[in-house]
Amino acid sequence: MKTGAVRVRPEPENVKHGAASLSAYASTTNACAVCAPLGASLAFRGIEGAVPYIHGSQGCATYMRRYIISHYREPMDIASSSLGEKQAVFGGGPNLKKGILNVMRKYAPSLVGVATTCLTETIGDDVPGILLEFKREFGDLGLPEIVAVSTPSYSGTHSDGWHAAVAATVETLSKASSPGSGNGVNIFPGMVSCADMEHIKDIVQDFGLAPTLLPDISETLDGPALAEYRPVPPGGTPLSSIRAMPKNLASIELGRTLSDRKTGAAVLEKRFGVERTGLGLPIGLRETDALMEALSRISGRPVPRRHLLERGRLLDAMADGHKYLAGKRVAVYGEEDLTIGLVAFLAETGAKPVLAATGGRSAGFAQAAADVCEGLAPVPEIIRGADFHEIADKAKDLSPEILIGHGKGQRTAREWGIPLVRAGFPIHDRFGAQRLSHTGYKGALQLYDRIVNALLKKTQESCSIGYGYL
Amino acid sequence: MNTQVLEERQDQFHTVGGSAFEMACNRESLAGAVSQRACVFCGSRVVLYPIADALHLVHGPLGCAAYTWDIRGALSSGPELHRMSFCTDLRENDVVFGGEKKLARALDELIDRHSPKAAFVYSTCIAGLIGDDMDAVCARAESEKGIPVIAVRSEGFKGNKREGYSAACRAMMRLVGTGDTSGVPRVAVNLLGDYNLAGELWIIREYFRRMGVGVVANVTGDGRVEDLRRAHGAALNVVQCSGSTMELAKMMREAHGTPFIRASYLGIEDMAASLYAVADFFKNEDPEIVDRTACLVREKLTALMPRLALYRQDLEGKKAAIYVGGAFKAFSLVKAFRHLGMRVALAGSQTGTREDYEELAAICDPGCVIVDDANPLELSAFLEKEDVDVLVGGVKERPIAYKLGVGFCDHNHERKIPLEGFEGMENFAREIHATVTSPVWRFMPRRAGRTGGMPACLEAGI
Ligand code: SF4
Ligand code: SF4
Repeated sequence: MKTGAVRVRPEPENVKHGAASLSAYASTTNACAVCAPLGASLAFRGIEGAVPYIHGSQGCATYMRRYIISHYREPMDIASSSLGEKQAVFGGGPNLKKGILNVMRKYAPSLVGVATTCLTETIGDDVPGILLEFKREFGDLGLPEIVAVSTPSYSGTHSDGWHAAVAATVETLSKASSPGSGNGVNIFPGMVSCADMEHIKDIVQDFGLAPTLLPDISETLDGPALAEYRPVPPGGTPLSSIRAMPKNLASIELGRTLSDRKTGAAVLEKRFGVERTGLGLPIGLRETDALMEALSRISGRPVPRRHLLERGRLLDAMADGHKYLAGKRVAVYGEEDLTIGLVAFLAETGAKPVLAATGGRSAGFAQAAADVCEGLAPVPEIIRGADFHEIADKAKDLSPEILIGHGKGQRTAREWGIPLVRAGFPIHDRFGAQRLSHTGYKGALQLYDRIVNALLKKTQESCSIGYGYL
Repeated sequence: MNTQVLEERQDQFHTVGGSAFEMACNRESLAGAVSQRACVFCGSRVVLYPIADALHLVHGPLGCAAYTWDIRGALSSGPELHRMSFCTDLRENDVVFGGEKKLARALDELIDRHSPKAAFVYSTCIAGLIGDDMDAVCARAESEKGIPVIAVRSEGFKGNKREGYSAACRAMMRLVGTGDTSGVPRVAVNLLGDYNLAGELWIIREYFRRMGVGVVANVTGDGRVEDLRRAHGAALNVVQCSGSTMELAKMMREAHGTPFIRASYLGIEDMAASLYAVADFFKNEDPEIVDRTACLVREKLTALMPRLALYRQDLEGKKAAIYVGGAFKAFSLVKAFRHLGMRVALAGSQTGTREDYEELAAICDPGCVIVDDANPLELSAFLEKEDVDVLVGGVKERPIAYKLGVGFCDHNHERKIPLEGFEGMENFAREIHATVTSPVWRFMPRRAGRTGGMPACLEAGI
């Protein structure tokens, strides 16, 4: 197995076919990403007993709730400071304090995750200062943990907000003195689906290791029907596990564009010396091999038969389907690390990723795309900070035959008359987005089926004969 | 339920038949509560966005625009520019140095690219804070490009949706009266406050066509800039959902002497009453209009009532909760549920006024709880306590209902099934029936062990 560990490298000046362009336009049309506090709220939802809190005016929180609910089809409460005009002038401190007190009374949270917005960053609210004051004033009440993260939209996209919230949580909660379990491993899964998180936990456990997944939305955003409404949904990473992260054997962080950033794993490494292994999102053969290899090394155990079998099945399917995909021009877009993972997998299948676009601005994106294509496929065109106008602009000459990405590419796919295979977040136009699998051999296999079937459907529908065997 | 009501919100509740009516509303949402409300910008967007041949540019950061991209099902029979999401994506630099230049460039770029008939530029919280002179930028673009370029003052923090409605009305008023009204028939109206969700406005326009009433401007469903400019040529404004466009009606009465009447196209009585009111208005102009209207209503009811009776067999005695954006919709829904034999146990809205709620209390049954600006915890506590069979609300309320095994009907701007008009009433009944009688609920933990026969409608093969 070949390792897929991320190498830190400066951004290439001119990757072949793939100069990493940033927008030439003053206007944004049909954005490919959304803003940072949404990602932070999602991450906080993956912590046991936590309530996400947006420090800003009411609209932002309501919009984000709606956006999240339409994807997961689960309740998603996000509290808000509900700042009005007065507070926008005089500062939002009093509302923030009052807001947290109200959340405490109604939700009895174990943690309140405060994400700031463009508004409160622009008026210059000193949130850490306000929270210190708050703790001094109300310390006698038995306060929940409070994690604050600065997330104006100009600081990045929703996935940046996610990673920032995770890092802030680790920074606030992890204590060296907490006891560890001896076979614990920290896993930072990135912004993957509920099904992916479940699967990643299973993989780690199959090596005899105890994963602390941060965050873990597998249950909080894909929960069962309830007899009684639970203000805070069950599930999520327990606070005690987060506190114990420094004592775990190692940290594995999934996402090729994270290596030079301050992430949860970076904090643990720097403060407590916990080994940090940066891998790509495990999609397809090589990226999943790398995860297996890392887990094997940490646990001292070989790859369990179950996963070897799944790998074999994936490979078998890739043989069965290789001609359907051979040379197919694919445009991939979405959150950085997911896009890279998809490109990595596509390159293995014999498809030709012609475009890799992301709403994010991570410097390492272009290099990561080049790395995962090395030796298998030409490097795709790259767009960072993309919107759908630019994607269409670039794709004109690339004539993609299939799109892979979140649901917002639907109109583009329709205009071009090509299939869209949905992956990632958000998916507002299909059912079961939280249950879509992408990761691990098994997830890749499901993804592979979806891709091949989308192409077959297209072939069948656009041919007059209507073949019964394809 | 009281445990669930934050003390400071106590007075945003009222129980019909309890103490004298005393309710606070239209106040800012409480910090820390999870309000279902949105912001001023949202209000403006809702009202203006269905104008399909205008450019809608959000001057602000990316999120505000991305979250509002094509979120509502306002259909257009022609151009679909309104379904695109445009913004200036204000970033740190712009916040420090001002966003005027970027706005000017964005307008230039987008107007050239899309040749819209007008442009609306929405101010967001950030645009308001950094103090960009949007009016000046818009005026410059207007003279350069030769189309109206209108700044909408919709800074999110300046209140709730209602202020947004009013900013939208002021923006539209910039267009009204600037067009040529020659050729506008004498018996013609403007339809205000309908957004053509799922093509509803087309149903209503068809009624008016059969009555012999022309429509000058749809405000704003399937709306067009040119129609708005000549809207003052209509003899009457018919205003639905008065929260959002009433102000425009008032401004038009002031400026152009156009009278208005209130209307609702939801439910049977309100739909019929609205058509009759318009007929009544024009009866001197066109003496036969009243007969034509009566004939139309009769025909529609003859088709509808037997269908409703079928659904009613299964729905009689069931309980509903209503939580919608505007209080006016709640009025019509309370009446519509009566036709299905159902009782309304909770009626609430995000943005009602005191008068709205008083009127709502007057038509609701005793024991019905009236609520302003509810949050998810209150709604869930209520659904549990009252054991209702269906919640009518928006997408944000849907998972709360389903989690608890309660039926749900989407009655917000995202609906994909027309619920207005007589045809809409049947759709509504079918929707309510489908969700209330679903066998799924019998397996839900909260309702486990309950029995029930097969719905009569199913047995009858409907
Ligand atoms: S972009 Fe900024 S202001 Fe807009 S919704 Fe996101 S946080 Fe709020
Ligand atoms: S920043 Fe203001 S305008 Fe934008 S969504 Fe938030 S509250 Fe609304």
